[in-house]
Amino acid sequence: MSAPALLLVLGDEELLAARAVAEVVDAVRRDDPLAALTEFAASDLLPGELAGALSPSLFGGRPVVVVLNGQDAKKDLAAALTAYAQNPDPDVSLVVCHAGGAKGKALADALKNAGAQVAVAAKLTRHGDRAEFVRNEFRRLGGKCSGDAAEALLEAVGNDLRELASACAQLMADTDGRIDVEVVHRYYRGKAEVSGFSVADAAVAGDVPAALEALRWALATGVDPVPIADALADGVRTVARVASAARGGGNAYQMASKLGMPAWKIEKAQRVARGWTPEGLVTAMAAAARCNAEVKGGSDDRGYALERAVMSVAAARGGGR
Amino acid sequence: MTATVFDELVGQADAIETLRAAALSANALLAGTNSHAGAMTHAWLFTGPAGSGRSTAARAFAAALQCVRGGIGCGECSGCHTTLGGTHADVRFVVPEGLSIPVALMRELVMRAASAPTAGRWQVLVVEDADRLTEAAANALLKAVEEPPARTVFLLCAPSTHPDDISITIRSRCRSVPLRQPPAAAVAELLTRRDGLAPETAVWAAAAAQGHVGRARRLAGDAQARARREAVLAVPRQLTTIGACFDAAAALIEAAEAEAADAVAALDATERSALEMALGAGGTGKGAAGAARGSAGQLKDLEKRQKSRATRAQRDALDRALMDLAGFYRDVLNTQFGRTVSPIHLDASPVAEAAAARWKPEATLRRLEAILACREAIDANVKPKIAVEAMMLALWKG
Ligand SMILES: [Zn+2]
Repeated sequence: MSAPALLLVLGDEELLAARAVAEVVDAVRRDDPLAALTEFAASDLLPGELAGALSPSLFGGRPVVVVLNGQDAKKDLAAALTAYAQNPDPDVSLVVCHAGGAKGKALADALKNAGAQVAVAAKLTRHGDRAEFVRNEFRRLGGKCSGDAAEALLEAVGNDLRELASACAQLMADTDGRIDVEVVHRYYRGKAEVSGFSVADAAVAGDVPAALEALRWALATGVDPVPIADALADGVRTVARVASAARGGGNAYQMASKLGMPAWKIEKAQRVARGWTPEGLVTAMAAAARCNAEVKGGSDDRGYALERAVMSVAAARGGGR
Repeated sequence: MTATVFDELVGQADAIETLRAAALSANALLAGTNSHAGAMTHAWLFTGPAGSGRSTAARAFAAALQCVRGGIGCGECSGCHTTLGGTHADVRFVVPEGLSIPVALMRELVMRAASAPTAGRWQVLVVEDADRLTEAAANALLKAVEEPPARTVFLLCAPSTHPDDISITIRSRCRSVPLRQPPAAAVAELLTRRDGLAPETAVWAAAAAQGHVGRARRLAGDAQARARREAVLAVPRQLTTIGACFDAAAALIEAAEAEAADAVAALDATERSALEMALGAGGTGKGAAGAARGSAGQLKDLEKRQKSRATRAQRDALDRALMDLAGFYRDVLNTQFGRTVSPIHLDASPVAEAAAARWKPEATLRRLEAILACREAIDANVKPKIAVEAMMLALWKG
């Protein structure tokens, strides 16, 4: 790609904004290793300085000017940028980053209207978009990631894109690039939430051997019993709420807002919900609550309390008491 | 008989008798005419269920000890008046704000209690909720209780004399004053006499509060408290599906959190601005940076204390809601067993009767037990959400 003369980076997702800027810089440098990069914060950039930076460099390199936080530009700077945008110099690259909110919106609109190329860097607020980000990230790095592996990674790492990106890079560096659920779980096993979730997932699926294996592994790697017990209760709660809501009909997306859960979590629960009766869920929740009391200090052997709870939950599936 | 400070103590004739005699004996000791030797002790333990008036009893006794009209607890002299108002120089109240009473505070109070009484009578230290002493704080108190200074009196309050509530060693040094849950009729009578409530409102509130005087007053006078109670009493009818159980659990916990937040918000803000004022927020000049660092630490301490107080307020609010709920199932059971006592929730009687006709008594009992188990679980630190969810499911299943 050839470098644009004028790029508007719109949105406040830092990682995406930084990447959009870096892409321009890389593109310019491929053609012109002498390219001169200058960066300004809009809040204290004077129109005179801007003009100076945008004029051809003394040493002949293509100027790349990055204006950060464009939404903070004062009136005269906004006017100067808008005027420049009407007739940008094709031998210069100007990148204006803008948070995309209401503040300084006039400047963003003016640049768009003047024909600036736009790179979207909005925060990913939807779960599905973040999962897509993860999968794209692996693709970008030359790997391949399954949908449920992306979900597992989100569960383990959280929603911060920078952390997700670095987790993807780490996994790519340490594996052959074919990322499935097993790989993610193996890699993040030490993390309490993931360990707890894998124990709970297997338990509510009625898979005792897998649940016990995940539990023993978690305890062996030093995971505290309390978050495991919490995850177990959460697993039962999720299945119970989804199973109950499903009796009223409706697909995962319709249920998502009613239950306040992401659709993927609902779909996952729906798959295991079929084996559960209401009575079984009551028994399972009681076991989870008892376990919570035991790991909080009521019991001498907290590992045993967890094992018993896992087996009670799994046994409650499909039956009752 | 003329009014005394003991009149607030509803339905506690035995306890009043003991305390009255002790206060007179204490007065005789001061006057040097020790005719009732033995009736007075330096350490007292007031026990009884929530709302039975443990702290009211301790306060009334403290007033009688300071009463300058011969220790009768006249309620009108300066000694009685300042004690009841919390401003008597020789009476200190320890009211734990957090889940426990810290040792540093206890040491300081014990030391103060050992000083000579400024008004010439007694130094009195009242520890409300002595069951919330940390182990170290209890030890600090024990030393003082074991060898009390001649003019010092310790008044401790706890739910029971069980070792979980009060250490055996402290208990063995104290004279115990057991209080009982006052009968609803006595509470209603007090509400009409003292608070001027209409008799039917007083009867309803006293029954609904299950003998808890303070709670009965709130129910009678606070529309929000009534609305919260009604929301709790609506729960049994809402439990129609598994999903509804989880919704009801979430609503119950949210309501407790909101109630607690309401209860502490004003106090939190007042304390914070007072501390900021004391620290001279916004100071500049030499040493200001160092002072600011110290201030940040003090603000952090305050936030920690406030958080712990909020947690306690939440637990208390949730516990009240659970007691209201238990009252409903108890009413159902009572109906099923031929109504041997009068109902707690007079206004929910139709629903209770309908439930009584439909459920088996064993199932009602299991439901009641599920609520009590939930209270115990929360007491044992189970996450309230998990405990309440499990309880709602058990209520649904029966
Ligand atoms: Zn008096």
